[in-house]
Amino acid sequence: MDFKLNEEQQMLQETAARLVRGEYDFEKRERFRQSDAGFSEAFWQQLSELGLTTVPFDEAHGGFGGGAVELQLIMTELGRGLCLEPYLQSIVFGGGLINQAGNDEQKNDLLPQIAAGTLKVAPALLEPQSRYNLHDVVTKAESDGDGYRLSGRKAVVIGGHCADKLIVSARTSGEQRSHDGISLFVIDGNASGLQRITYETIDGLKGCDLILDSVSVPASALLGPVGQAHAAIDYQAGRAIAAICAEAVGAMEESVNLTLEYLKARKQFGVPIGKFQVLQHRMVDMASELEQARSMAVLAASVADAEPGNRRDSILAAAKNVIGRAGQYISEQSVQLHGGIGMTWEYSGAHYAKRLVMINHQLGDDDHHLEAFVALMKTS
Amino acid sequence: MNINFNEAELAFRDEVRSFLSSELPQDIAAKVKGGKHLSKEDHQRWQQILSRKGWYATHWPVEYGGVEWSAVQKHIFDEETAAFGAPRTIPFGVNMVAPVIIKFGTEEQKQHYLPRILSGEDWWCQGYSEPGAGSDLASLKTRAVRQGDHYIVNGQKTWTTLGQHANWIFCLVRTDTQAKPQSGISFLLIDMQTPGITVRPIITLDGEHEVNEVFFEDVKVPVENLVGEENKGWTYAKYLLTYERTGLAGIGASKAALDRLKEIAGKEVKNGKPLLQDPAFASRVAQVEIDLMAAEITNLRIIAAVEGGGVPGAESSMLKVKGTEIRQTITDLMRRAIGPYAQPFPEAEMELDYEGEYLSSDYAAPLAPHYFNMRKLSIFGGSNEIQKNIVAKMILEL
Repeated sequence: MDFKLNEEQQMLQETAARLVRGEYDFEKRERFRQSDAGFSEAFWQQLSELGLTTVPFDEAHGGFGGGAVELQLIMTELGRGLCLEPYLQSIVFGGGLINQAGNDEQKNDLLPQIAAGTLKVAPALLEPQSRYNLHDVVTKAESDGDGYRLSGRKAVVIGGHCADKLIVSARTSGEQRSHDGISLFVIDGNASGLQRITYETIDGLKGCDLILDSVSVPASALLGPVGQAHAAIDYQAGRAIAAICAEAVGAMEESVNLTLEYLKARKQFGVPIGKFQVLQHRMVDMASELEQARSMAVLAASVADAEPGNRRDSILAAAKNVIGRAGQYISEQSVQLHGGIGMTWEYSGAHYAKRLVMINHQLGDDDHHLEAFVALMKTS
Repeated sequence: MNINFNEAELAFRDEVRSFLSSELPQDIAAKVKGGKHLSKEDHQRWQQILSRKGWYATHWPVEYGGVEWSAVQKHIFDEETAAFGAPRTIPFGVNMVAPVIIKFGTEEQKQHYLPRILSGEDWWCQGYSEPGAGSDLASLKTRAVRQGDHYIVNGQKTWTTLGQHANWIFCLVRTDTQAKPQSGISFLLIDMQTPGITVRPIITLDGEHEVNEVFFEDVKVPVENLVGEENKGWTYAKYLLTYERTGLAGIGASKAALDRLKEIAGKEVKNGKPLLQDPAFASRVAQVEIDLMAAEITNLRIIAAVEGGGVPGAESSMLKVKGTEIRQTITDLMRRAIGPYAQPFPEAEMELDYEGEYLSSDYAAPLAPHYFNMRKLSIFGGSNEIQKNIVAKMILEL
């Protein structure tokens, strides 16, 4: 058992950390957020120039051949900077779906572009009625000559506003919540009949709902075997969970540090407020939740590339549960310990608080994953 | 980074398992697993088995009879012994006074006391707390006045765990009443047979006799029983406390308790189905299992990080708080699991050799008392609030 990073991993971590430190302070983030894209194209390009967008892909597809630990290191740094770029959606989750489900032609065509950062993709898997259940799919894909015609609505596609291609799940057979009968399609962002309702999220990201009104796609848009996409969806959602856990840890570390500095600097009643025991204990609880979250991010990364199965699934569910709760706890306490200043838009701490709560709304909240864990728990 | 056990660690785990399968007495394991009463002889029997194997003094340097285990090996050992139902190690001799003697004692003290701890000849207890000195330990009042070759000790210690079995006690005593509280304390080793010592039981809320009051009335203690320097005892006391806290996270014990909880909740029935399949109860169990999973990794991560630097300091305070909260939650769920039958208090059923008819089941009787007993976890070894003060000061630098 060894928790140490190897030399290559340390270099990767330092590269990501230096980039985020250099390019992402809070004022810059506000400018990026207010731009049309909602993030920094220049930063995205730097991620690509430093090879960070290539990390999870095979060398054959222009990648670095890294795994979940390498992604963990990058995501933690992106979390620290509250970075807005669609790394999770395009590089980790979307790229992962294509890598797992795609045929050679699709992989050779799409993966090198994704790895280079020149093509952005976003998975569109949720629906208005599905909450966090990725198997609850009513969007229909019907055979239409050589291709398919898709109709339905996909919900809260983070990064979908800027995606060149969307990876849409649709039902080709089966009941609404059956895991059989779901298929994946790679759809052009400007396909006819596809409408994006774009919006900003409360934590500064951008996304969209997709309305698909008889969108025609060729047979070559089908990603993976017909009706059997659940395997790739479930597995890649697991990789994305490990990655977002790491992002959350980066944001939590910053939030805890900001709060701690504030307790040392802010004076009331003639002393730094960090001298008050009731606040000290709250701060210790935050630090302790952060340690628990760190542990689960490490554990999640250690199983994210493993064979699918109970052990992997229950650890990933446990990790997302811990991170969801820890994130919300740290967020709420951070605002509380800052007092009024913690409530203001102009203070960066407030934005960490928002991101940490919203991470609990991505890829399943702590209740969702507790239920998932119960289902996997041996009960007889 | 590879957080799975490597081959050597797996081999070590197999070795521990095979040792436990063949050497841990079945009757003792049955008592531990069932929450039944353990006798002094049970503890001593198991301690001697461990000692013969050379696995008793796991924190000691090899030259004194310890083993050179990594943090991971210690973790494996704790986890496996707990899973097999071995009694917890009574820490006062082997894990508390011994490290102090090894670090601060004279050669004579080491030669005299350490072998007797290893062999089980001496059973130590801890003379720290007093009626007026709990969390504020430095306010202790027990006096030791030097008279020629002896100290004359007067005062009272309390919460002395298993003092009724002990023949030695290590005590913090005040040797200077003029100095600041921390500067006038000394660390004395006292033979419990010395005239003037009285041990009185304190019965705890679960009806158990586990702790005692110890009274000292003109007790003559030879000066060679002083550890280190006079009035420097506070330093040694704090050193000892870091050792005490290291094991208090109790991850192995919590894992074993969680298994037991699932076993019980699998037997109990609600609405005609096993309680463990009830969504509300299953969620509670799942939540504590998840928290324990995280705490286990936190434990390993932190211990691994400080391994080069020896025993964890303030970090062990953080582990203690989380670990004891988890353990208490598990005992809470065990008590809840048996529903109304948590109320009856049939003490006879807590003996392994009980031959009567069980009121409800053979496992129910100890669960509520155990829950109440385990309230102590967040109080002893420095209350969890004191631990948070330590983390705030030492780690967060507030």
